[in-house]
Amino acid sequence: MNLGEKMKLETNLKNILLVVFTTLLLSACSTAKKSADIDGDVYTGKETVEYLASGVPDRVFFATNKSSLTTKSRETLRKQATYLRKNKNLNVTIEGHADERGTREYNLALGERRANAARDYLMTYGISGKRISVISYGKEKPVNPKSSPISWSQNRRSVTVKVN
Amino acid sequence: MKKIIISLFLNFLFFSHTSALIEVDITRGNLDPLPIAVSPLHVDIKSENFKDLKIKNLGDEIAEIIEKNFKSTGLFNPLKKEAFVQKPDIAHLKPRFEDWRLIKAQALVTGKLLIKDEKLKVEFRLWDLTAAQEMTALAFTTTPSNWRRVAHIISDKIYERLTGEEGYFDTRIIYVAESGPKNQRIKKLAIMDQDGFNTKYLTLGNELVLTPRFNPTNQMVTYMSYFRNMPRVYLLDIETGTQEVVGNFPGMTFAPRFSPNGKKIIMSFAKDGNSDIYTMELETRIVERITEHSSIDTSPSFSPDGKFIAFNSDRSGLQQIYVMRSDGSNVKRITFGKGIYGTPVWSPRGDLIAFTKMHKGRFYIGVMRIDGTGERLLTENYYQEAPSWSPNGRVLVFYRETKAGDRGEGFSAKLWSIDITGYNERKLSTKTDASDPSWSSLLSK
Repeated sequence: MNLGEKMKLETNLKNILLVVFTTLLLSACSTAKKSADIDGDVYTGKETVEYLASGVPDRVFFATNKSSLTTKSRETLRKQATYLRKNKNLNVTIEGHADERGTREYNLALGERRANAARDYLMTYGISGKRISVISYGKEKPVNPKSSPISWSQNRRSVTVKVN
Repeated sequence: MKKIIISLFLNFLFFSHTSALIEVDITRGNLDPLPIAVSPLHVDIKSENFKDLKIKNLGDEIAEIIEKNFKSTGLFNPLKKEAFVQKPDIAHLKPRFEDWRLIKAQALVTGKLLIKDEKLKVEFRLWDLTAAQEMTALAFTTTPSNWRRVAHIISDKIYERLTGEEGYFDTRIIYVAESGPKNQRIKKLAIMDQDGFNTKYLTLGNELVLTPRFNPTNQMVTYMSYFRNMPRVYLLDIETGTQEVVGNFPGMTFAPRFSPNGKKIIMSFAKDGNSDIYTMELETRIVERITEHSSIDTSPSFSPDGKFIAFNSDRSGLQQIYVMRSDGSNVKRITFGKGIYGTPVWSPRGDLIAFTKMHKGRFYIGVMRIDGTGERLLTENYYQEAPSWSPNGRVLVFYRETKAGDRGEGFSAKLWSIDITGYNERKLSTKTDASDPSWSSLLSK
């Protein structure tokens, strides 16, 4: 998408500027660090992330209005798949979420699509669909309540939750 | 009488003319509302006590409700009582027109009430002060505890007589009452009179509930609930409190709305991540699939004649509004403006579609013709969506959220209404934070 590319470009430019800026000032302020945790408006940081087991993050993040998986998301989901293969009796629910900057009903559908994107990927890595249920919460359960681009990026997520 | 009608007619002309030229109407309060005097209703001294009702004050209170209703329309300017020149009972018999004209009133409402044998008997008259004659008069009898509704019905009758359009005061609004921190929000179904009184909670808040909508033909409601963590569309009878799941779908159903005759529910069903639009006939339980597309199709709304459906879809890449025949054929995209568009709702008059528009990080409520032309943005804000029409198609109610700080502080959700001319934006009074409003039909119809 044009828009996505443009946003990516803008963020990249911002990141470059930030690096220049921080180098000049020889100080790293915390907000600059946070902004660096976004790539093309997908969250890449560790805040809010929990773990199914050591080294197995429970969630992946999405770009605005998108449900496609990034390289990093696929990596996370492969770790989840490995973990689920090792724990054959474990079932999970994938919760799909959206940020607050969209209409409620569309966001419910978007959350559903995101949760299913994660589920489909786990299934291609050999996890039975019977072990994975999905539920969309749309924008109803933000993990970060702040109204800011960084918190919106943390809220655009699908979270794999153990059910037994 | 002629003058009143003409001056209102001019107001309407003035609105539509102005707003057609302005893209976002932000100018407020520059119109010329009709000065109207609402005399307190005379309370007959033969009135008997009824439960806890303070009968002595009833005449004043009914007049106050009528005034508040009129003021809320932005079309009327109720005059202050201190200036009133005649006692209620005498004015009701025959006003001294020239005295009322002195305080610049153009219309006068008078009335009287009597409680006897546990019945409330009310009559009122509407007077044209310029033509010095009675315009309308009506008397009715009801149970005394209905006194607020009496005030709303009188307001409707006067509104109808003066504007030539149906009123919308004897109505209710169902909505989602919200409380608690933003990331642990508790949501309950709530219902209140259109003026914010008589709030009742219909669910306890144990599960997430969203998007209640009235059946336009009765007091049934459809909404979405996460009862037992299964997000499904429900049907609720608000008189009896009985509720049931709509249909037997193996996944999430959401975005429900009634068909105009109240016999079907239209909604989205999500299967394997893809949301399409379905209908279910309530009596036969027959389910029909309306759209079949790999995109998100949701927020469906029937035209009032039942022949068409507006919905939003991201089949073009981003959320836009489409219209199709009610069998799903002949799908046409109608929004091509800058930004993305959602939540189309067909006006009860059939000529307009209200919508939410998102553009450059701002949210707009607007109306457009059913082919997508003539877009008018009525209000812009940080976040707002979900317009619902007043039964006469003149006013939209919607919800607006504010920006939140680090811990979610500063966040609020409130109901607002705006005239489709873009004038008269106002916040509705609700006991708690509120979202997802739906306006009922007239109760007394």
